[in-house]
Amino acid sequence: MYPRSFDYIAPASLEDAVRELGNAEFAKVMAGGMSLIPLMKLRLLSPDLVVDIGRIGGLGEIEDTGDHLSIGALVRHRDTASSDVVPTALRQAASWTGDVQVRNRGTTCGAVAHADVAADQPAAVLALGATMVARGPSGIREIPSDEFFVDALTSALAPDEILTEIRIPKRGGGSAYDKLGRRGGHTDYAVAGAAAWVTVSDGAVTDARVALTGVGTKPELARAAMEAIVGTDGSEGAVRAASERATEGITVIEDLYGSVEYKTHLAKVMVRRALTQALTEARS
Amino acid sequence: MSTTSVLGGVVRRKEDPALIRGTGLYTDDVKKAATVHVAFVRSPLAHARITRIDTEAARNAPGVLAVYTIDDVRHLGPLPAQVPVGKLRPLLADGVVNHVGEAVAMVVAETRAQAVDAADLVEVDYDPLPAVVDLKQAASDQIKVHEDLESNVILTWEAGPWGNEEGIAETKAKIAEAKGRGDTVTVSLEMRNQRLLPTAIEPRSVVAEWNPGYERFDVVSATQIPHALAGAIAKTFGLASNAVHVLAPEVGGGFGCKLNIYADEILVCFAARELGRPVKYTETRRESANNTIQGRGWIGTATLVGTQDGEILGYELEALCDMGAYSQNFTAAIPFLGVFVGSGQYRFPTYMKLDCVATHTQTTDAYRGAGRPEAIYYLERIIDAYARKIGKDPAEVRMKNFIPAEDFPGVVSPVGFAMDTGDYAKNLRALIESDAYRQLVAERDRLRSEGRLAGVGIATYVEVCGFGPSGLADLGFSWSAYGLPSSFNGSGLVRVNPDSSVTVIIGTGPSGQGHQTTWAQIVSDQLGIPIDRIRVIHGDTAESPMGIGTFGSRSAAVDGSATYLAAQKVRAKAARLAAHLLEAAEEDIEFGDGGAYVAGSPDKRVTWEEIATVAYQPHRLPEGVEGGLEAHAIFSPANATWPFGSHACLVEVDEETGDVRILRYLTVDDCGNVINPMIVAGQIHGGIAQGVGQAMFEEAVYDAEGNLLTPSLLDYILPTAVDLPSFELKRTVTPSDVNPLGVKGIGEAGTIGSAQTVVNAVVDALSPLGVEHVDMPLRPKRVWQAIQDAKGGN
Amino acid sequence: MQVSMTVNRRAVTADVEPRMLLVHFLREELGLTGTHIGCETSYCGACTVLVDGRTTKSCTMLAVQADGAEILTVEGLAQDGQLHPVQEGFWERHGLQCGYCTPGMIMSAVGLLQENANPTEDEIRHGIEGNLCRCTGYHNIVRAIEYAAAKMRGEEPPPPEWEHEEVIA
Repeated sequence: MYPRSFDYIAPASLEDAVRELGNAEFAKVMAGGMSLIPLMKLRLLSPDLVVDIGRIGGLGEIEDTGDHLSIGALVRHRDTASSDVVPTALRQAASWTGDVQVRNRGTTCGAVAHADVAADQPAAVLALGATMVARGPSGIREIPSDEFFVDALTSALAPDEILTEIRIPKRGGGSAYDKLGRRGGHTDYAVAGAAAWVTVSDGAVTDARVALTGVGTKPELARAAMEAIVGTDGSEGAVRAASERATEGITVIEDLYGSVEYKTHLAKVMVRRALTQALTEARS
Repeated sequence: MSTTSVLGGVVRRKEDPALIRGTGLYTDDVKKAATVHVAFVRSPLAHARITRIDTEAARNAPGVLAVYTIDDVRHLGPLPAQVPVGKLRPLLADGVVNHVGEAVAMVVAETRAQAVDAADLVEVDYDPLPAVVDLKQAASDQIKVHEDLESNVILTWEAGPWGNEEGIAETKAKIAEAKGRGDTVTVSLEMRNQRLLPTAIEPRSVVAEWNPGYERFDVVSATQIPHALAGAIAKTFGLASNAVHVLAPEVGGGFGCKLNIYADEILVCFAARELGRPVKYTETRRESANNTIQGRGWIGTATLVGTQDGEILGYELEALCDMGAYSQNFTAAIPFLGVFVGSGQYRFPTYMKLDCVATHTQTTDAYRGAGRPEAIYYLERIIDAYARKIGKDPAEVRMKNFIPAEDFPGVVSPVGFAMDTGDYAKNLRALIESDAYRQLVAERDRLRSEGRLAGVGIATYVEVCGFGPSGLADLGFSWSAYGLPSSFNGSGLVRVNPDSSVTVIIGTGPSGQGHQTTWAQIVSDQLGIPIDRIRVIHGDTAESPMGIGTFGSRSAAVDGSATYLAAQKVRAKAARLAAHLLEAAEEDIEFGDGGAYVAGSPDKRVTWEEIATVAYQPHRLPEGVEGGLEAHAIFSPANATWPFGSHACLVEVDEETGDVRILRYLTVDDCGNVINPMIVAGQIHGGIAQGVGQAMFEEAVYDAEGNLLTPSLLDYILPTAVDLPSFELKRTVTPSDVNPLGVKGIGEAGTIGSAQTVVNAVVDALSPLGVEHVDMPLRPKRVWQAIQDAKGGN
Repeated sequence: MQVSMTVNRRAVTADVEPRMLLVHFLREELGLTGTHIGCETSYCGACTVLVDGRTTKSCTMLAVQADGAEILTVEGLAQDGQLHPVQEGFWERHGLQCGYCTPGMIMSAVGLLQENANPTEDEIRHGIEGNLCRCTGYHNIVRAIEYAAAKMRGEEPPPPEWEHEEVIA
């Protein structure tokens, strides 16, 4: 309930924030604090310094730059969930993240940077082929989402880097996210969830990305399913065949909510449902 | 009994204005000057020898006043238990730890944060010992939970009827004979009734202060049993019970988990006396999970034998019941409450054998229903399985085997207990003949016709509550372990003040049940004084008459009845005074409209104020009448009460994922007369939610090493508003004949009736696939697995 | 560190450790004990308050983060002795039993009705998903919020269920 003592700073600029991160032995970046503060209260994480980026201006916008959508570091889940420019997969994932209070304060970038194995939005940004923009002492670094999620609660961000922006390419098509939550339905963390993005041209699936959450040790691309659906007509049979390959190449991990066998099965169901919905959107 | 509209009518709760404004005072809100705070050092292992405790660094940490280990408090002895079998809990671990989370050392510091910081600095070395968590393994005694235990099976309850060896032998023979007949059907299922965390939203909290001049402890605790706590503290410290003042202020939910004496409650008293400062401890949610008592935790085999046309010839339940490592207040007595209701509202021969088994886990004890939900679960599940097997309507099978209404009074259940009143068939009929139930069945059939998996489950229950007769003391249930020889009486004191406002002081205190309102209704009904002129005081041992506490759905039936009797005494005295003032005969005095009047001459009247004024001016009293206008009554019912009811629900299962949704939920409950229907409905709603919580979501999961894997609300899943439907309630009314109010108790009924209703519905939904049973909680993974196993022909 | 904020329309300034949670600041520094603590994992919602108009779990926010913010707790809801319609609804429809989750639940309902004046039962249930209640099964909480919503729209609330309770003698 009581975090260990730490120093706190709320810098006014990203430059200052990055500098402060470099000056401490163990510093953590905080935006909404929804993931960080509980870990600190349980003393599972005890940084020397918390760098609160919550007061830095200009990070709270969802911007349409023409070729991509930029989601700033302080865009809350509720903003992502209610945006009419954010692709369906991410919007849906944000709307199923946490609860009302968590969505009021937690940020999309924070949830992505936290890289929880069962969180919703990491799968969505992965399926949407987003680029993570990190700012560190040596400037700005762009990290493709495919390389961003390294392991459970571990991203490619260096300790002195801040995820300042998520860029989602505007490549058309349709997207969707579906999951089974721990309490059933869509509530709570995912027992298994899948995000899908597809483009369709002349009745054929021309491109696709599918990502899973809750299944393995990190949010991961379901590459076999992606390959299987591209080039098909996106029919029910094609989707079913592709979803059968949902966990190929992925190490499925058992937890309190499901055995390996169950999660493997559930991943297929969620991939099928997400692909089906994404195709419907792509065709409309 | 009076039948004015006050009793049995809806009255907005008197307790709410403070609670909705945020000014209600809970224990952790109590601020005493110079309070110091406690943090515990807790065992990370389920079973280990402690080889070293180094408190040096912690003692020197900022703000620390003291660090205590068992060496400091061993002389205070272990915690008391009503059924002192197995191992009693030492106040702090004594050489060996026996479950994860067991307190090893206690740090006291100026602030809570400092206490937590310093607790991190206490070094404890452990020599790990093998732990036993699995019930069957524990029962085999391969690993002893405690070296000095003869067996991990610390007690066995056997019934059929209870306490009658000859009868038991006869019952067993009858059942064996029925099984052996060629024309009967026997069904048998091994089922788990999993462990639960009671999870009151208010964590437990206690603050104690010692005044050396008064030689008195002042203790505020989030407890359901303030008098027992005072007794336990007094006994521990060798004081008279009146040297301990315990106040239970607002209590943020109890559900049984605050029906216990905890080591921390004794330890804060110890530290307060040592340090001369008020000492406070508030548990964290993680501590609540690991260290406040848990509930349920049975694995058992239910077997039922009956004819092809639905006549049940016998029922057996043999179960292992998890006690955890230490026995506390009721620990080994909980299964006995299951024995009480083991044969439900049925008349067939019933045999029960419940083994109380120690394991290296946290103690189990009373959790809402306490033994009764477990027993009814096994019974109602196996009846359902039997009905399914013989292809009969489950309602019809139940109806056929009920104890008939005309057998009352005088019914003794097959397990040997006298039951007060019951009309089970009427109650079940009110359910199955309702439009709502027909709609449930029609909707299930419609969903099925669309190829979806839908099911309707019904279950009936009887419970025993309103404890109870003083005679329970003769069965070994008294509070003498707490220095209180008294048994399960109720008490109430009613005082009409000189200004004619009324103070009611009761021996039990609520943790959400609305005592202030209900008791005001009882008194208002008797005296005709408006409810807003009545104030109800509870939970304060300095003021309240002796009362055992709020648990076992007993307060209204027992303490409510006592208060009713006290109010009658006051009314009788007031009638005498009014007769004196009005120069009328006492028997002609009636009450109403804020005073008393002469029957037939409503103009000849005195107000309550006038009556009270005289009562407090003894020189104006008739000869031989004492001053004052108050009375105290103690009530000991002739028997416990036996509420009953019928539940039904409609579920849909997603065949692909195993996800279960409850679409509708109906109940028809019978708790006898009702004092406030609004409060009664609220108790049923909450009870259902906890039973559904067990059926669908909740499980205290231990790994093989004895680690609790569900210590936070992230992993211990409670139902949220999204997970539950609105509930559709009805009532039948069969008054009890063991108390003057005719009430029965409703606090636990919802929980006792609901878990098996949901499981029966899910099994009904899955029955086309051949599924016969799914263990709780019905998490998607488990439901899906059951579907796969059935499809695979397993 | 020094923090200044407005709590229930009053300016407050205090010196706090960075590790002090907003809920501890409210309860221990300001004596506003109506905001409760039921867990440490940001789950139960008993600590819900409005921060700059939005429902927030005050156990998952540092007091220093609230510097400059406007905080509304349950104690600040009633004004001029007049209960907020949500408080009134909880009283009228028995939306509470032990009362421990109630302040947080009420604040969540206030937040919900600010954004959705006419919520369906399903929307109400989703709106209080972040608040656990162990006593009521949520049934009467939903009724209480329906009552408040109607009141706030200037409509007559639906009658209480007990007016048409079916009792078979």
